[in-house]
Amino acid sequence: MAANGAANGASVIVIGGGVTGLSAAWWLAGSGVDVLVLDKGVVGWEASGRNGGGASHYHSPLFHEEQRLWPQMDALLGYPTEYQRERVIFALTESDLAAYQGMAAEGRKLGYSVSDIDPRQVRELVPMASEANLGGVHLHYGGHANPQRTVQAYAWALQDLGGRIAQHTPVSDIVEEGGRVVAVETHSGRIGCDALVIAAGPQTGMLLAKVGLRLPLGFGRAEMIVTEPAPLMKIGGVDGNGLYGRQTLRGNFAFGGGPHEWIELAFDGPTARPSSPLTRNLARRVAELMPGAAHLRLIRSWAGVIENTPDGRPVLDRLDNPANLVVATMSSVGFGLSPASGHAVRDLVMDGRCSFADLGKLRLNRFENIRDDWLEERGWLPPD
Amino acid sequence: MPRLTDHSAIDGKFAAPEEHAEVLVIGAGPAGTAAAIEAAKLGASVVLIDENPVDPQLMGLDTPLLFGGRMSGAVQRRGRLIESLVAANPTLEQAAELGVDVRMGLTAWGLYVGGPALRALPAPMVGLADDDRSWMCGFDRLILATGARDVALAFPGWDQPGVVGAGGLHALLQRYDAFTGRRIVVMGSGDLGVQTALTAQTRGLEVAAVVEALDRSPAAPERLAALSAAGIALLTGHTPRLAETGRDGVERLRLTNDQGGEVAIECDTVCLAVGLAPAIELLNAAGGRIVPDGGRGGHAPALDGWATSLSGVFAAGDCAGLAASEAEAAEQGRQAARQALGGAIEGGPRRGPDAWAYQQAWHAALTRDVDASLIVCQCEAVTRGDLLEVRAPRYLGEPTVAAKTRDLGSLIADGPPNQDQVKRLTRAGMGPCQGRRCREQVALTLAQAAGISPADVPLALHRAPVRPLPLKVMADWQETQAMTDGWEIWFAIPGQWAVYDDIGTEREFVTPFGGEG
Repeated sequence: MAANGAANGASVIVIGGGVTGLSAAWWLAGSGVDVLVLDKGVVGWEASGRNGGGASHYHSPLFHEEQRLWPQMDALLGYPTEYQRERVIFALTESDLAAYQGMAAEGRKLGYSVSDIDPRQVRELVPMASEANLGGVHLHYGGHANPQRTVQAYAWALQDLGGRIAQHTPVSDIVEEGGRVVAVETHSGRIGCDALVIAAGPQTGMLLAKVGLRLPLGFGRAEMIVTEPAPLMKIGGVDGNGLYGRQTLRGNFAFGGGPHEWIELAFDGPTARPSSPLTRNLARRVAELMPGAAHLRLIRSWAGVIENTPDGRPVLDRLDNPANLVVATMSSVGFGLSPASGHAVRDLVMDGRCSFADLGKLRLNRFENIRDDWLEERGWLPPD
Repeated sequence: MPRLTDHSAIDGKFAAPEEHAEVLVIGAGPAGTAAAIEAAKLGASVVLIDENPVDPQLMGLDTPLLFGGRMSGAVQRRGRLIESLVAANPTLEQAAELGVDVRMGLTAWGLYVGGPALRALPAPMVGLADDDRSWMCGFDRLILATGARDVALAFPGWDQPGVVGAGGLHALLQRYDAFTGRRIVVMGSGDLGVQTALTAQTRGLEVAAVVEALDRSPAAPERLAALSAAGIALLTGHTPRLAETGRDGVERLRLTNDQGGEVAIECDTVCLAVGLAPAIELLNAAGGRIVPDGGRGGHAPALDGWATSLSGVFAAGDCAGLAASEAEAAEQGRQAARQALGGAIEGGPRRGPDAWAYQQAWHAALTRDVDASLIVCQCEAVTRGDLLEVRAPRYLGEPTVAAKTRDLGSLIADGPPNQDQVKRLTRAGMGPCQGRRCREQVALTLAQAAGISPADVPLALHRAPVRPLPLKVMADWQETQAMTDGWEIWFAIPGQWAVYDDIGTEREFVTPFGGEG
């Protein structure tokens, strides 16, 4: 697809072939919109394709839509996402148990089913779990999917609907005329559009700066580890002991958590995403959480770079000026919410408002008065 | 104003390395041992580590070499194996006499060097492990002498016991004295294949034939004369079609020739000697610059003299680009040590014939008319057909109607072929052997499908740990208090998990999970 047809422009251009941009483009293509996704590299290459795969975000205004859509995604996309419903979160400490029960209460308040489970029930669901576990919660909603497979499924599905993707096509500038975005600049020339979506992950703020807008973002490097396959458990979505993660349908455990490193980031993105000796601290926590898995071989680690807004919440906003520009950053929690965030972006582009949720608290202008030294203020600076 | 630090950020949470080496050398083969000796002679304090004798369970995973299940019970007696390893490399004793701290049976599973996206590291360090635990070792200078890996190419039966790599065979014969085969066929008649055959014969094995898929051997005439003098048959223009197996693995190799004729050779071992690849795992996983260089055996370190792109990290011997001989590897090791300790740069790695051209020719021959059911990735049971169709794994069920329209061709039409992308979709290379057995052949398949050189297929990235080690061994059981105290599941941004309706209310910063304000 490279730049073929891109020169003719598109009704809607989406900058960023991450999970949010791809989902948005898929929704737009599904509404008959001529949509073109531009990515500086390969689709789903960065944090979108490498994350915990969780889909249980009770805090988000997109939560209900997330829960409604995930069970249908394989059928809607036409490609497997490996989505599996339900989640078990169990505790090794009293304070963790209280936190998990508090979280479960929030889910119940929102109308979702959660069971409190005792240590024996934990081990029925997670046979490798520590005998010393204190019990936990069993979410009968949420779940997890395979990020790598899902991003490719969005990409293929949107192509199947007539959408286009140009990989290896970074956007260098955004062209405005009369209060509207009219085109973007790329190495293969100017590409015209009627509307623009910026869903470029860490680069979203830098792209917005091209039209004189400020989106304050901090950039964090986070890490995960993967083991060799183990026998499949009844529920693959397992959290606890400071970890998030899942057992894949192949049987591998993939877990992350723990400290992040704040980094500086250039416009052309992270050139390297090195994992660190944190691999060992993650290995320890997985072995503590599930001593029955301690013999499993650790076969990979990886790191991803994720953007965070000052309040850690998304910006999902159709701007006032330029009026045909939609901004979408999920602030480090994008994968699981992607079926819904794409729907929201589609609504913002086509109707100017989200049809299924209030997004009023996720507008860009909430950061208008943030201080220039906000990163210093929060201690979000790279190590000395 | 004192600088504020996010309590859940990584700053200050890593411990200093448990030990420190002025010069750390990884790999006690010819290059590494020579480097260690030279560095010691120049007055440096040197630690030389080597992963041999390797855990027999890892050998069963064809890690680090393609052992093909042909190791004897001797590999279980690791104490005695150390004697055999030292006997195979007399210079090790010399190194020890010069004060080099020689440690056998230690795995170097990770290399970490600070950079723009990894500033939190207190020092450059290597992750080490024995059978029971892992730890970090800092260094002032690191010399990688990690050798070369076997390049495996699939043909029917290659996944059965008895199909070994030239590197694996060499290790079992020369270093471990633990090879169970008696009669072998060597695939490949380049210098590697010829040398493998001659060594095997010297060690008392029967070499039934050296098989060459090309019309003529690429080896030098004097090498072929040596082969002939040894009475070893060279079959050019013959392509292996099937390794027939019985209870104990390989029993014979069936071949076809260019005229359609068929040959069967009785043997208990088939040795793949089509190529070796520089063992760049540690450097690549650490973000060191790797360049495609067929003349150095494939993907090889970018080098200035013997210095890699990572500060303080040097490479010598086969991992720098396939040395021509043990003597040359040793000389490279000495030069790397001198450069590491501030001496003048002398020369650089040699370039031989294009390894990729030869591997491509063999791959083309082996895949001509081959059944799509041929297993390419043994760990994940990915077939050649699965690769060409970019088929999702079978546990996800039959491909959907849409998925059937997607294949390697459509993926390549959407952008240059990328092995990591294909890996994620098909799982080829994602198993416990960490892609050791299929990495090169998947790249060759992508190059074949796209009609490009393997040099233009981006290297599928290696990740730490570069050896598959158990969680309980990898685990840091003595982490810093700062790590324990500052551990959060995610960024712990106050209010990030506030339920939407609570935002702007008194409940905004009272959340049950991670990061209450």
